[in-house]
Amino acid sequence: MLRDLTFGQYYPTTSFVHKLDPRTKLLLLIAYITAVFVAGNFYGLAASLLFLLIAVAFSAVPLWSVLKSVKSILFLVLFTFLLNLFFYAKKEGDTTLFWVITKEGLISALFLASRLILLVMGSSVLTLTTTPVSLTDGIESLLKPLSYIKFPVHELALIMSIALRFIPTLAEETDRIIRAQKARGGDFDSGNVFKRLKALIPILIPLLVGAFRRADELGNAMDARCYSGSKNRTKYKKLKFTFRDLIAALFTAALIAGVILLNNGAI
Amino acid sequence: MQAISFENVSYSYKQADAEYVRNAVDGVTLDIEEGKFIALLGANGSGKSTLAKLINGLLLPVSGEVKVFGKPTVGDDQNGLFEIRRRVGMVFQNPDNQQIASIVEDDIAFGPENIGIDREEIGRRIDRALKVTDMEAFRYSQVSRLSGGQKQRIAIAGALALEPDILILDESTSMLDPKGRKEVMEVARSLNREKGMTVINITHYMDEAAEADEIYLLKEGKLVKSGTPDEVFSDTATIRECGLELPRPAMLAEKLKAAGIISNVKITSKEELAEEICKSLRKN
Ligand SMILES: Nc1ncnc2c1ncn2[C@@H]1O[C@H](COP(=O)(O)OP(=O)(O)OP(=O)(O)O)[C@@H](O)[C@H]1O
Ligand SMILES: [Mg+2]
Repeated sequence: MLRDLTFGQYYPTTSFVHKLDPRTKLLLLIAYITAVFVAGNFYGLAASLLFLLIAVAFSAVPLWSVLKSVKSILFLVLFTFLLNLFFYAKKEGDTTLFWVITKEGLISALFLASRLILLVMGSSVLTLTTTPVSLTDGIESLLKPLSYIKFPVHELALIMSIALRFIPTLAEETDRIIRAQKARGGDFDSGNVFKRLKALIPILIPLLVGAFRRADELGNAMDARCYSGSKNRTKYKKLKFTFRDLIAALFTAALIAGVILLNNGAI
Repeated sequence: MQAISFENVSYSYKQADAEYVRNAVDGVTLDIEEGKFIALLGANGSGKSTLAKLINGLLLPVSGEVKVFGKPTVGDDQNGLFEIRRRVGMVFQNPDNQQIASIVEDDIAFGPENIGIDREEIGRRIDRALKVTDMEAFRYSQVSRLSGGQKQRIAIAGALALEPDILILDESTSMLDPKGRKEVMEVARSLNREKGMTVINITHYMDEAAEADEIYLLKEGKLVKSGTPDEVFSDTATIRECGLELPRPAMLAEKLKAAGIISNVKITSKEELAEEICKSLRKN
């Protein structure tokens, strides 16, 4: 399970969306999220959904994978829906359906739940089409200007990429420790929650000790390869905006314009 | 030219609460000529890794002087220290703890990026390093999916991308299976033969050591013997004292001599042993 984290949910294939610059995808996701928040009525959300579906179509990712991402937050969606349904502040002239539930409350709850679902599906298009490694590159590049105010952008990006590099290694080690503890009679699958949590200690401690040892060795390996922080450092991978990115940006601009117009009832 | 020279070098790991700590490296003097293939031997804790880290300035001597191509490793000359680290590539023991990036080519680029090489040149260096280590097919692979031997070859490639003159392998084959070991040793040997690179191989495998040009033997931080494999392995008493074993052909030769079958004990390779046995058979 942990092993799959390096690639996250990445869906390996080549497509228009896969080939977009990670910075474009990050910025456009922010634009999309803004659009979903700005949308004041169901027409706006419908426009966002249409945009999302087109993006999915151009990403060669099966729609099912995108929908699956909603599964993990289903509980949150349901919770939001019920909360809004029952605690809707009743106004003059609202039509009561039964008990405290009004038609307007139902609509508002549906609206918020749809908004949440659209947000999650949108972000999952990003993570399905971009590897965490190139996401890290994108984030580093976007945060670059912050380094002028002494924000440690390079260090942050390095930490992220080392973390990504070591997730599979530590996952393997966890597996090994669990097997070793089981061979000594360790029991991780029975008892109540507290008992199970306590059973994790003999896994976590060796893992932590091992991680420190690894960090020490990795530090040596980095020093041996002339690491000296961000100064005078070059970068092998250079991100490049292409014509593709321009098209995607224009397309997203159209969405924002559409949502604003729909809000004002202009269309 | 001397690639590496130590002059009465000592190093000890200071611990805040300990009154006395034995020197991990103790008064070592040695000269290693450029282009040699060296084996550094010694029991666990004899100071091999410490000595290796003194060469590329990861550790600085407490007393004495370490020179790499005539330049001393000193702490207040940061640029000089980085130049020495560039010229001395180092591969460590654990294949899992040396790669910084998830993707092979990004990892190899790490060293050159650090010293400010431009992009096109980094690309060329990655090409060359992968070719030498025979890992071209894995350029875009995930590091974590590689075998131990492949990871170590990537670690060598990562060092090569800095175009070093000296390569130190600190027990780099000890966590590998025989196949991985062979792959890594082949790369090291071809670097030594074809590019004239000075190689220092720290190892517990005596058969690996027997193939070196020279052997340095450490015991409790002191250099107790150095010389060609024949010279070092014929001093069986010192070898045993250091807690080491002889290479298998030498072990057999020793027993055969004790039994009066052969007379020469300066034997380290299978070939020499075979010849010696044939000789004595012919005599009888
Ligand atoms: N970071 C450290 N802190 C304190 N003492 C250390 C440290 N590293 C090594 N030592 C000590 O220094 C001595 C030499 O260690 P070193 O790692 O150089 O030996 P080695 O020959 O490489 O052994 P091995 O074959 O186990 O790798 C040992 O006594 C060891 O306990
Ligand atoms: Mg060691």
